[in-house]
Amino acid sequence: METLLPIMIGTLFATGLYFILHRHLFKVILGLILFGLATNLFLFVIGGITRGSSAIISEDQKVAAEPYADPVTQALLLTAIVIGFGIQAFAIVLIRRVYQTFKSNNLDELRKENEEHH
Amino acid sequence: MRQVLETNVVSTQVGNWPAPYGITLVADMFSVLILLSGAIIGFAVYLYSLQGLDVTRRRFGYFPLLLLLQMGVSGVCLTGDLFNLYVWFEVILICCFAMLSLGGTKGQLEGTLKYVTINFIASGLLLTGIGIMYSLYGSLNLAELAVLVRQADHPNLPLLSMASIFFLVGFGIKSGIFPLFFWLPASYHTPPISISAFIAGLITKVGMYTLIRLFTLLFVSNSDFILPLLAVLSGLTMVIGVIGAAAQTDFKKILSFHIISQIGYMLMGLAIYTPLAIAGSIFFIVHNILVKTNLFLISGVVAQRHRTFSLKRLGGVYLLQPTLALLFLLSALSLAGTPPLSGFWGKLMLARAGLEAGKFTLVAVSLCVSLITLFSMTKIWNEVFWKPRPNTYKAETTMTPVNPQRLRMIYLPIVMLLVFILFIGIYASPLIRLSERAAAGLLHIENYTETVLSNKGTEQNRHKAQAHEVTSHP
Repeated sequence: METLLPIMIGTLFATGLYFILHRHLFKVILGLILFGLATNLFLFVIGGITRGSSAIISEDQKVAAEPYADPVTQALLLTAIVIGFGIQAFAIVLIRRVYQTFKSNNLDELRKENEEHH
Repeated sequence: MRQVLETNVVSTQVGNWPAPYGITLVADMFSVLILLSGAIIGFAVYLYSLQGLDVTRRRFGYFPLLLLLQMGVSGVCLTGDLFNLYVWFEVILICCFAMLSLGGTKGQLEGTLKYVTINFIASGLLLTGIGIMYSLYGSLNLAELAVLVRQADHPNLPLLSMASIFFLVGFGIKSGIFPLFFWLPASYHTPPISISAFIAGLITKVGMYTLIRLFTLLFVSNSDFILPLLAVLSGLTMVIGVIGAAAQTDFKKILSFHIISQIGYMLMGLAIYTPLAIAGSIFFIVHNILVKTNLFLISGVVAQRHRTFSLKRLGGVYLLQPTLALLFLLSALSLAGTPPLSGFWGKLMLARAGLEAGKFTLVAVSLCVSLITLFSMTKIWNEVFWKPRPNTYKAETTMTPVNPQRLRMIYLPIVMLLVFILFIGIYASPLIRLSERAAAGLLHIENYTETVLSNKGTEQNRHKAQAHEVTSHP
């Protein structure tokens, strides 16, 4: 698991960036989503993967039993996922709007048309 | 502000959780200065857009967005921990996205698309950097991190450098330093002027604010490696930005490229890293927020009457609107840094600090860039205000009739900003003293960390809250 996850994160980052650099708008969306996933996964792994209990303190103890998963990263992750969703949703709406206005989902044509427009 | 003047640092714990665990809000001299200038230009842009923006855009939630953006900026300036910094940046970003695409013309959509993509990547890198910092030190509170970074005997210095590079790239994209600025001129000139004035005036400087804050607070221990890098980057940013500006023939695009070269100056202060240099940077940021917004607003007034931003089509504005020409001249000269005006003091402080620190190349580059800035401002002056109106376009650029009441409303914020600019230019010593104090606060962090970590006030508040509970539930 510990070796698999970093490899997966790396692959996600790479594919995400590759898709973002693509000229088709749909693939740009895919790239944004994959990139967001990669960062979230990274944030998750950085907290340390523990195969143990959750950080719930039982009544007779003062601190949680020792091998516990760090709740802070999970809280951060939750926020980051929500924010990421928001921005991805905005990007999807924006790209749909671009498609409607330009009648094309190719970034190159978009620029050409814009230059003619000027 | 007065409270900050008295006690240097003010902090509060949201929800009364003690410092390293809860959410902290901190205000010190630096953040207060940025907040104040941000509020001033926010007010000016608000006044301007009452008359200067079309009705449809105002109906589609322009003013709420403007206020939300202002809230995001305040959040970034006041926040006391890394993750909230990220969250506030997302607040800013989503408002920027919406404002840039508001109205949905073709150019705007294309510009917004670039802006969204590049800023999404920047946020991802930022989050990665935050993750690394958390895994290294197990804390997100800026003050506690600062203490930890200084205490640790650095077994993991390479990782810290890696985190600092992540932050540098993330905020570098947001503030537009050298290799990462390409999205800025592509998207800033597309929306209507009151929107781009606010975004261009404030948002890149907020990125710069966080860079200065984090690099003085957290990444000091590896400064042998990071400061020369910053120096090179700042020199390149200045030169490339100003060359780009000199090559453009569009009023708004020249101004957009100038943002980049001015970011170079702010970075220069951080790269020299002496109290005087950082004070110079802070002065420069405050001055630049005001001047840049004012120049954008003036270009908006010109374009509103002539319906174009292209330098080739404009001309003779001096004869038609002499007041506007005067306003432009004063702002442009203070941007370029002619002596009695505000830009001069910032540059003087930076240059003196550079000479004292022995960074002669950087100072020479910055002075040359000043000259080219002056040149490109003269270019705008010549083309827009001085040269006779081009005959070929005369028919289509008939001036739109404006009633004097509306015109006065549009001039009001510009004059107001200019008064501020002239004030900090001619009567510069208070602001210089304030920014020196801010710089001292940034370099000597004991005050900052103590105020945040000692939870002053928290205990009292809790007692008060308990007392209140007791009285309210008899």
